[in-house]
Amino acid sequence: MQFAPAIPPGRYLYSGQTMSSEPILRLDNIVKRFGQFTAVDGVDLAIEEGEFLTIVGPSGSGKSTLIRMLVGMEEVSEGAIWLRGERIEDTPANERPTCMVFQSLALFPHMTVGQNIEFPLKIKGRSPAERKQRALELLALLRLPEHYYTRNVTQCSGGERQRIALARALAFDPEILFFDEPLSALDYRLRKTLEKELKDLHERTRKTFVYITHSLEEAMVMSDRIAIMNSGKFVQIAVADDIYAKPVSRFVAEFMGEVNLFDIEGTTSDDLHGTGIEIHVNGQAGEFGISLAPNEKGTLMVRPEFVRFLSSGETSDFLVRGILRAEYALGSRIQYKVETANGSKLTVENLREDRYQGAIGDAVILGWDIESTHIIRE
Amino acid sequence: MERLDRKLGTASSLPLLAILLVAFIAPMLVVAVFSAMPRKVFSVFNSPDFSAYAALLEQGYYRSLLWSLGMALASTVILFVVCWPLAFGMAKVFKRFTIVLTIAVVVSLFVSENIRLFGWVLTLMKGGLIEGHVRAWTGEGFESPLYSVPIIVFSLVYVYFPFMLFPLAQGIAMVPDDARQAAADLGASRWRILFEIDLPLAAPGIVVGSLLSFVLAAGALAESKILGGQTVIVIADEIETAFTYGQDWPLGSALSMVLITIIAALAIYGIAKVDLDAIMGRKGR
Repeated sequence: MQFAPAIPPGRYLYSGQTMSSEPILRLDNIVKRFGQFTAVDGVDLAIEEGEFLTIVGPSGSGKSTLIRMLVGMEEVSEGAIWLRGERIEDTPANERPTCMVFQSLALFPHMTVGQNIEFPLKIKGRSPAERKQRALELLALLRLPEHYYTRNVTQCSGGERQRIALARALAFDPEILFFDEPLSALDYRLRKTLEKELKDLHERTRKTFVYITHSLEEAMVMSDRIAIMNSGKFVQIAVADDIYAKPVSRFVAEFMGEVNLFDIEGTTSDDLHGTGIEIHVNGQAGEFGISLAPNEKGTLMVRPEFVRFLSSGETSDFLVRGILRAEYALGSRIQYKVETANGSKLTVENLREDRYQGAIGDAVILGWDIESTHIIRE
Repeated sequence: MERLDRKLGTASSLPLLAILLVAFIAPMLVVAVFSAMPRKVFSVFNSPDFSAYAALLEQGYYRSLLWSLGMALASTVILFVVCWPLAFGMAKVFKRFTIVLTIAVVVSLFVSENIRLFGWVLTLMKGGLIEGHVRAWTGEGFESPLYSVPIIVFSLVYVYFPFMLFPLAQGIAMVPDDARQAAADLGASRWRILFEIDLPLAAPGIVVGSLLSFVLAAGALAESKILGGQTVIVIADEIETAFTYGQDWPLGSALSMVLITIIAALAIYGIAKVDLDAIMGRKGR
């Protein structure tokens, strides 16, 4: 079992996929300052042709500013943007071959659905017949009924408006399609449906999609790669599974959902100092790749769904003893809070069918395997 | 409960309704009836005829009407072109400076229109502020631009400036920024954005501003009298004359009715075309 090497923050990392020769879009040390405040702080990124890249970050992380610079609505303070080897950071938005789906969708309220979709074609000077044909094709592609062509956009529902905005962007036939949290205003179920539709659309069109969101779930469902952004910098860029299982920092680990983190220090014994965790695999920690140099600090991470309740006599690579303090039903899963002897809290999540048969206050033994364990070195 | 509310609402609107009837509808009715009386009578109890309306064509009053409408149209078009950039700035660009501009324009309304127009006379007349200084410095004078049609149009533009500017700024403020950005993102140039996005979405403001300035300019009197020196006689002038020196109430009423009908038709057409609720701040849906 190999663990991910430490990655310097802000650096571009590609994992999992094969790379084509030339990235479609390359960002070279992009900086954006608003007066004293630095919103985007030296970002490097290479976006591959045809990939679905999602930039995720909490609000205020600079992701919106970044995407606005990429489409040309915000000026770049420093750095270069290369589109297919051509510098474009000074090209105005209307001359860039890229296009964005806005958070607000920004449909034109005075136009019909058809006119909205045809707008970019009209700008390009296409004939009315050609425009209409393309608009109808796009309506079909996005599974909107043909008679919507003459409907006013203000009469369409949230999900329909979403699809119209997408159709309009596709009509532009952009080199790269950017998305600025377009699903955030929709209710949960519709969002789930549209996430899958978007992924499906990406597979059918094979266009390069760059999507920003603060919702990790959204990113996980759709993306080929995820870039995690915090305080104007990329913290980690990797495929979804790697970001989830092998985060490079506590921030990423915690951002990716519930997680158990333990501060550990360099150790040569099977005792992880002060954490209350016992190691039971063949004695030596170093053998599974979690050894730290003497006095090196690190964080041991295990996701709640990999932790299980052990029955007496049962063993696992890592063991923790504690008291069951709380139980929460999360629908298909049950979440437990367990307090260990030294006072630290552990979160455990089991499927409903594996529900723990006991009561609050029970003394329990928790265990997990080395394969589910990750060491964060910052 | 709801029915009681409705009854109370109706009841409380009665006083205003009464005032509207007495102060607005009744005089209009009187004018309408008078317009169908024989010329130069002072009673509505005569057998109706339409000789006053016939005078519009036969005695050339239609020329005054055309001058009024023409100059109102010209000043409205000029106002629109002049006010658009400023209104755009106020709605989208100037931020806090907008309030300074608003106050500056509103303060000019504190001074009576006639006094402001006489100020222009003093400025523009031969030997006035401008020509007088130029002559004193260079020894060469020039003809005053006063007492001509262009100066009347200029003064209409000057006087009705706020009536175009503020509705226009309000209309432009309703154009969503993201729609403009999306249009640019989809490849539209500034001109395309102006014609495809700004103008249609600011239409309520454009219609309200244009109607206000057109209606006021079409009925304007002081501009042609003071700055125009009655180079051309406007319809409002003819109406005033008919009611006063002319002692011909039916003629005055008939001319009024024609003006009112034209303006009302324009107003109804314009308002029907746009969503006035939007600009009044009431959002349906």
